[in-house]
Amino acid sequence: MVEIEKLAFRYGRKQLFSQLDLVIQAGGIYGLLGKNGAGKTTLLKLISGLIFPKEGSCQVMGFNPAERAPEFLQEVCFIPEEFDLPALSIQKYEALYAPFYPHFQKQEFAGYLEEFELTPDLNLSKLSYGQKKKFLISFALATLCRLVLMDEPTNGLDIPSKSKFRQILAGAATSDRSFVISTHQVRDLEQLIDPVLILDEGKILLQHSLYDISKVLNMRQQEERPQDEVLYYEKAMGGYFVLREEQKEQEHELEIDLEILFNAAIGNPQKFGEIFKRGIGHE
Amino acid sequence: MEFKKKQAIYLQIGDLICDKIITREWVQDEKIPSVREMAVQVEVNPNTVMRSYAYLQDQGIIYNKRGIGYFVSEESLGHIRGLKKKKFIQQELPQLFKTMEILQVPFDELAEYYEAFQNNREL
Repeated sequence: MVEIEKLAFRYGRKQLFSQLDLVIQAGGIYGLLGKNGAGKTTLLKLISGLIFPKEGSCQVMGFNPAERAPEFLQEVCFIPEEFDLPALSIQKYEALYAPFYPHFQKQEFAGYLEEFELTPDLNLSKLSYGQKKKFLISFALATLCRLVLMDEPTNGLDIPSKSKFRQILAGAATSDRSFVISTHQVRDLEQLIDPVLILDEGKILLQHSLYDISKVLNMRQQEERPQDEVLYYEKAMGGYFVLREEQKEQEHELEIDLEILFNAAIGNPQKFGEIFKRGIGHE
Repeated sequence: MEFKKKQAIYLQIGDLICDKIITREWVQDEKIPSVREMAVQVEVNPNTVMRSYAYLQDQGIIYNKRGIGYFVSEESLGHIRGLKKKKFIQQELPQLFKTMEILQVPFDELAEYYEAFQNNREL
């Protein structure tokens, strides 16, 4: 769905990406993780054609996003973290913007709005940030675009809305669509994200499904501080969470904690790269 | 649904389904929720639910009718008991033995508690 090869990008003199490779396949809810300033938003903008690469290639559903072909744009939806919405009612907005998306689902849109407790007569300029976000999420999912990019979608959502968002997303994820969600709120989406993308130092450090990750890494809880050479450990209540390189499959495997995985990867990117190259190779 | 930190999510969803079967909420040859319905219900990636269903199918607890969905299998109860017993022996018992060691509860004492438990239930 997305194929990025040897991509380079910089803002002025500040080199952000060099030799960045990334493949996104259909049927995933990709979680894009990275530190502040790692370039998550920039990557989403490159994929959606809002900015252009300096070097390398970026192909999205067979299109070059930079050309902004209508056939491409009608299949991509990007929800930025910062946005401006026109002073229109939701109804009016739908009437104006839905026609750009040939597969737009009116009924689903109405259903999502209802789930989020929004009504079509509300004026977008009078909504709170969280409500605007809920409107944008509803609209994006109703477009039925094959590729939906979301920058920090759970920011600003209240507690019940986060749960609704997870339900809606779980229901909208089909094998022919893909979602790329950049987030720091890993806990909000922990059970939805799969595969995981980690962006660090201008490159994609990890791009694998949780199943693949569980084949090479194992997380355990133990009481004593680990003495052997482990990949990463973290103090937790009553002991330590320990991440080890391990090939054998276990029946009682622990769920891989995304925050721990992220800390481990960022803490030792080189070793992480080696393990995955050795363990599963490139997809 | 709140998940425990311990077990892989797909196994926890498997447990949830087993519980429904063992309490007879879902009976033999009954259709269980589709992967999508279950994913929405527990707010989990549909791929994870798919893995749960594949696991339960491997264990002989549910079966798949192509294009229709998943159903509770005939031998499900026996298989679930087998799985649960294995888990009890491998995971819960060692925990119990450890607590007994810490509190210095001799094994013979357990028999008394078990007897009391059974008598209590008969009342």
